Amino acid sequence: MERIPILQMGDLLLVTIQVDMHDQLALALQDDLSEKIQKTSARGVLIDISALDIVDSFIGRMIATISALARIMDATTVVVGMQPAVAITLVELGLNLTGVRTALNVERGMKLLQQPDRES
Amino acid sequence: MTVRSGALPVRTEQDVVLARQEVRKLAVACGLRLVDQTKLVTAASELARNTVIYGGGGEMQWETVEQGLRKGVRLVFADQGPGIPDIAQALTDGWTSGTGMGLGLSGSRRLVDEFELDSAAGRGTRVTITKWT
Repeated sequence: MERIPILQMGDLLLVTIQVDMHDQLALALQDDLSEKIQKTSARGVLIDISALDIVDSFIGRMIATISALARIMDATTVVVGMQPAVAITLVELGLNLTGVRTALNVERGMKLLQQPDRES
Repeated sequence: MTVRSGALPVRTEQDVVLARQEVRKLAVACGLRLVDQTKLVTAASELARNTVIYGGGGEMQWETVEQGLRKGVRLVFADQGPGIPDIAQALTDGWTSGTGMGLGLSGSRRLVDEFELDSAAGRGTRVTITKWT
């Protein structure tokens, strides 16, 4: 089955979503990430969604779930690169991604994850 | 006035992805601006998923429409599933008959200019949405 690659960089995991995800692929990413966090003892997860031209309620829920489960596993998640049109649509749809940390781009997201006390 | 029309099957998750891509093409061709394209594609994604999950599969009919100088994309998501017994309830934010977040119907209504829901228990569901330039 098709999978979204998860890269490890020190104690961070990097995910770049570059395909138009069908729902199973999104669910697989959720499973893969939680396994990878455990295996690598990662402290941070950076998810780059700059290539996504829509985020619907399913993908939004996946992002919120990943963020919540990573937190329970002692890792911080930052979602970066959301396109403005996607952000506008998400809010109007009614999804606020409460509890999900975001940054405008990869650089800022990395900075956020590298702060010594990044818990919020 | 209908300019072009067609239909796509919406039976599997892959069909939902294909429907999104088709709607994007239609939205671009019709000249919707980027934010409106995104809203229409997102609404289509929500409704197509509903068709697969709750309607047991169906189809998406599409047409590009014109009204004076305005152009638009109209989509119909139709299934022969169990239907919606209480439409007002189904359109409430946060209400779900399944395991979703309950934003699909109510949320997609906010993303488009026209929204029409025709359904009754045992009669399938038909959702028509239109986005204008």
